[in-house]
Amino acid sequence: MPIQTEPMTVNIGPQHPSTHGVFRLRVTFDGEDILEVEPIFGYLHRGTEKLAEERNYTQIVTLTDRLDYVSSMINNQAYCLAVEELIGVEVPQRAKYLRTLTAELQRVASHLMGIGFFLQDLGTLGTPLMYAFRLRERILDLFEMLCGARITVSYMRPGGVFFDAPDDFWPALDQFLKDFDTEYKELEQLILENEIVMVRTRGVSLLPLELAINNSVSGPSLRASGSDWDWRKMAPYDAYDRMEFDIPTATGGDNYDRFWVRIQEIHQSIRMVRQCIQQIEPGPIRADVPLVLRPEPGAEAYGRVEASKGELAFYLVSDGGISPYRCKVRSPSLMNLTTIEHLLVGWKLADMIVTLGSLDINLGEVDR
Amino acid sequence: MAVQQLTGEELSERVSAAVPDSVVASADGVLFVEPAKIADVAGFMKSDSRLDFNFLNSISAVDYINYFEVVYHLTSMNKHHTAIVKTRLDGRDELILPSVYHLWRGADFQEREIWDLMGISFSGHPNLKRIMLWEGFDGHPLRKDYL
Amino acid sequence: MNCVLGPDNILHDTLLFRVIYEGVGNVLPCGLSYVVAGLAIMMLLVNGVLLGAGLFSWVERRLIGRFHNRIGPNRWGPFGSLQPLADLVKLLFKEDLTPRGADRIVFAIVPVAMLAPVVLMMAVVPFAKDTALANLNVGVLYILAVTSITSIAIFMAGWSSDNRYAMWGASRGVAILISYEVPVVMSLLGVVLVAGSMSLDDVVSAQTVPFLLVQPLAFFVFFAGTSAELNRTPFDLAEAESEIIAGYHIEYSGVKFALIQAAEFGAVLTSSAVMVTLFLSGWSGPVSNYLGWAWFLMKIGVLAFIFSWVRATFPRLRIDQLLAFAWKFLLPLSIINLFATALEVYFLRDGSGALDTTDLWIMAGINFGVAFGCLLIFGTLIKEKVRPAGPITGATLSPGEAD
Repeated sequence: MPIQTEPMTVNIGPQHPSTHGVFRLRVTFDGEDILEVEPIFGYLHRGTEKLAEERNYTQIVTLTDRLDYVSSMINNQAYCLAVEELIGVEVPQRAKYLRTLTAELQRVASHLMGIGFFLQDLGTLGTPLMYAFRLRERILDLFEMLCGARITVSYMRPGGVFFDAPDDFWPALDQFLKDFDTEYKELEQLILENEIVMVRTRGVSLLPLELAINNSVSGPSLRASGSDWDWRKMAPYDAYDRMEFDIPTATGGDNYDRFWVRIQEIHQSIRMVRQCIQQIEPGPIRADVPLVLRPEPGAEAYGRVEASKGELAFYLVSDGGISPYRCKVRSPSLMNLTTIEHLLVGWKLADMIVTLGSLDINLGEVDR
Repeated sequence: MAVQQLTGEELSERVSAAVPDSVVASADGVLFVEPAKIADVAGFMKSDSRLDFNFLNSISAVDYINYFEVVYHLTSMNKHHTAIVKTRLDGRDELILPSVYHLWRGADFQEREIWDLMGISFSGHPNLKRIMLWEGFDGHPLRKDYL
Repeated sequence: MNCVLGPDNILHDTLLFRVIYEGVGNVLPCGLSYVVAGLAIMMLLVNGVLLGAGLFSWVERRLIGRFHNRIGPNRWGPFGSLQPLADLVKLLFKEDLTPRGADRIVFAIVPVAMLAPVVLMMAVVPFAKDTALANLNVGVLYILAVTSITSIAIFMAGWSSDNRYAMWGASRGVAILISYEVPVVMSLLGVVLVAGSMSLDDVVSAQTVPFLLVQPLAFFVFFAGTSAELNRTPFDLAEAESEIIAGYHIEYSGVKFALIQAAEFGAVLTSSAVMVTLFLSGWSGPVSNYLGWAWFLMKIGVLAFIFSWVRATFPRLRIDQLLAFAWKFLLPLSIINLFATALEVYFLRDGSGALDTTDLWIMAGINFGVAFGCLLIFGTLIKEKVRPAGPITGATLSPGEAD
């Protein structure tokens, strides 16, 4: 006689150690197998787009920090690019290199956090997390030297950057790059070839390329499925047209590949940081842009960057006033989450946590 | 191999040839389309082999007091070009657009968000519920008259 | 009135026991003074286990802190050594909640049910020569039987909590415990065969060569199986913090939680004690007549360190991989070990059935060979599953190349 079982509906989150923020998933389980998934957002919705209509263009930079709060330099960069396209101003060379430098350092910090928490979700109880954070702390100290803040930096402004790097920044950056290689290699050795990591993540939650493109997935998750699309190469901005870097791609689209792509991207970002240090030259750091901007009425701009999690874009519409008429944020994490049902249904509870970690979402930009 | 943005004229020729009575205007690199035909136009842009827009970047809605504008940003990963398509919905009540969910699944959460925050509903979307706010919330906060 | 211990006495006639027995025997009748003496030594053991649990919790937190490149508790007492005391005070002051839908009696019994096996196991473990509470001639069987109570206790915890996460953790925990019992029992059979007796005292005295060398496969299987039974990483699925928050003890707070934690940490120490007795030759070492207990405690320390080390290093396996590990890897290993040991004992033993030291060394050599052979075979068998052939990823593109 077959045993009678009943599927069980459980809320994972919003308070949960591993949902990367206040994210709620309503999951129906049959034992440990996932039958249905329903994501519920909105727990961190702060109305950024509405607030942006009340603040002037320079003040909105502080709002953009708090979108994807672990990679705030890149959010600033996307917004400033959109505003510069709106008013049609050219950013000076030194500012471009400073922006590229800080954006790549921020990408390293964000990926380190993503990798660290991915491994934490696998159950390592914190050892690789602490190793990754050891490196991330160095980067945040560098940011503090540059602009006084570690997480919500507000370093860039429409037209350039806010502060020039102080004199002790460059030696500190050199020291960091020197120590980075050995410390990062330790982390890689610990995790990359670990059998338990491979058994848990290879072949789990596969994302085929066609589905990824159809679901507007971008960033490392798309590149892990086989595409080599990277906005830094396809539509270069700032100093990226002068940078030499590779684009790591993988073909499987499983959890391990997404994790592997992020690890390799850190190498490429450090490569770009070294090139920036060599190529940067003294000069002005900000174009002559008034603090209170008034763009042409009816002007529009769609400024996009390759953020650490995918394509981050700002769609700005101006009505001639000091605030934008509409500021729409296209957030990569929200788009990447469109695939969540495909990635989870059919797998187990333990895989669910690991898959969420491999997608590397950030609730600040999902909910805005 | 930087990505080009298609000008409005090329697009409008092809689109109005394929989907009649759809193009309203084209200016400054933007294609304006009749609201009722937006799904057909999008379908043509996705399936046509020279246009081949397989990636939907974003759908945005702007509240212009007398009318609403919905903006579609599209990219073709194979042909390396982008396009901007807009449609205009007059009035402020009973705004309905055909959904492009069946073309690009990436429209799922974006259309829900536009419904939630702007009040434009999409016919053909399988799950048009509020996404950022809770069911039972009164009003559409991102509209200009919601204070 | 002098009391004499009968011939069928199972408690060890240690110095302390005799002192209490005869001392109390002056006041109370002999039967009662026997009970009192037994209870007194049991009190010592219980306190020892609880204090050891507290101490181990501090040691583990500091060790894991060092593995993480950070300090660990360092506020209370020198090197933070009074941290368990601070934790205990905090837990005592917490509100002792019972969820509304919970089964009150079962909910309350669970902490005791989890602590009982831990303490009961210590009853037969010899600390030094002829120093244990009880002298059971079926000591190994007793230990295996007592550890099975833990699975009932975990299930009681999960069911009575009226909480889905607890039920999940409990069902995972019971599945794991039941699966890992079998290889553990089989591996201990090898030890019993070599020692020729189930009494733990005899096992220690038979270890002229430590059974770690004579039975390497059994040690590996017992270590892995015990890790799973103790719910330690990489087998800590039942209380996976990052997935189901705390698993079966999610609804416990206050003193009940303190007892459950004490049971968990204490279980590590008791299992290490059992492992030391069975595989690392217990209390023997130089000057073991006086320092036997010191060697015993030192060996427990080494094993506890290894438990913490493994916990800090490895990620967690998924439930189906865990069960596959038990049934498809550990069980065959333990059966092969049993088979090989049985053959060796049959051919090597002398007339009275005893094995001398040379025989043990011969067995050690053969068993190491068998162990390497097995691990090689199993390694190649599961290699395809763990690391599929082919490049790990696609190529990376250089700049200028696209499409």
